[in-house]
Amino acid sequence: MKANYGYKDGSGEFFITIDTDKCNSCGDCAKVCPPKVIVMITNDYDEVVPAVAEEHRKKIKYDCAPCKPVSGPRNLPCVAACKPVAIVHSW
Amino acid sequence: MVEFWRWKEYRWTAPDADWKNAGIISCGIDVGSVSSQAVIMTDGNLYAYSNMRTGSNSPDSARRALDWALEGTGLKQENMHFIVGTGYGRINIPFANKAITEIACHARGANFMYGPTVRTVLDMGGQDCKAIRCDEKGKVTAFLMNDKCAAGTGRGMEVFADLLQVHIEEVGDLSFKVDKEPPPVSSTCVVFAKSEASALLRKGVPKNEVLAAYCSAMAHRIFSLLERLGVEKDFGITGGISKNRGVVDRLTKELGITSLTPRYDPQVAGGVGAALFAKSLVEKQRAGQVAR
Ligand code: SF4
Ligand code: SF4
Repeated sequence: MKANYGYKDGSGEFFITIDTDKCNSCGDCAKVCPPKVIVMITNDYDEVVPAVAEEHRKKIKYDCAPCKPVSGPRNLPCVAACKPVAIVHSW
Repeated sequence: MVEFWRWKEYRWTAPDADWKNAGIISCGIDVGSVSSQAVIMTDGNLYAYSNMRTGSNSPDSARRALDWALEGTGLKQENMHFIVGTGYGRINIPFANKAITEIACHARGANFMYGPTVRTVLDMGGQDCKAIRCDEKGKVTAFLMNDKCAAGTGRGMEVFADLLQVHIEEVGDLSFKVDKEPPPVSSTCVVFAKSEASALLRKGVPKNEVLAAYCSAMAHRIFSLLERLGVEKDFGITGGISKNRGVVDRLTKELGITSLTPRYDPQVAGGVGAALFAKSLVEKQRAGQVAR
């Protein structure tokens, strides 16, 4: 399943896509995410997979900003931690 | 005072069905931010449902919806083999045996209402809008939620109906009674759209044209949501706004595909999906007991 969390507004599209078919449930992405934007859940089909926590969904543009400085190198711990490349950010 | 936003609550029982012959009686309760539905199914067939306004708290709304669905059937809550709660208030239904997200429930419910060919489901609910892709079994393969604001939602439409003093059930039809299709209002944010609409009215723009402008703005916003996910045929719409052709007809025109005709009321799709999950869970339980 491709789970898209986020929104589109006047300033752009901000989505985190998690491909649960690629995910091996290791939990590393959630472990390395400093503000706990990503958390592990058991979904409706009993798979243990990451999701964007409810309280962050409306503001991931801001919550992920520290990992995405305007100048200097981007460092997305969640993406780097995921060996099967199950996590993609749209911005 | 006339409450223009207020829509009719209703309940339904299958005309010739008898629950006494059923092996599994399952129930799904969808407590949304605007409306709540209780759906009762006998062996996977729709038996009874109710649709009413969500009250100030989830437990009460769930209880009232279930009581109304049961009314006149002779069924009691104890007769339900399994109850699944879904929707915005799903974690707050004390008598539900399990909670399942509305995304999974709407996909499964759409599969029941529209048949197994449905691949893209748009749920236009009270407070958010969800685009869902699913397989022939109604299992979700991808989803996208518009988590940001009330645009393109039932709540937004209620606010708007009230502002223009048009009964909410008439918004769709009236929005087509215009000489020419006006440009969409530039904002679908309820707050901004409201002031934009007031300005148009003051300028003397006819009411129907303002309605049309708002419906088409909503349609366009939902279109961009669907576009991001990708639309695969067949296409079906669930949720309260699916009955507003002012939005639906403009959306399908922009998409270039038509939506399927539902076999039942598409507003109870979430509840139907929940009741079908409940049925599967009973089957699983029973199979487990036999094995043990
Ligand atoms: S970019 Fe940073 S804050 Fe955002 S989800 Fe990944 S690790 Fe968490
Ligand atoms: S790091 Fe990748 S594989 Fe591990 S839980 Fe997160 S998404 Fe799944």
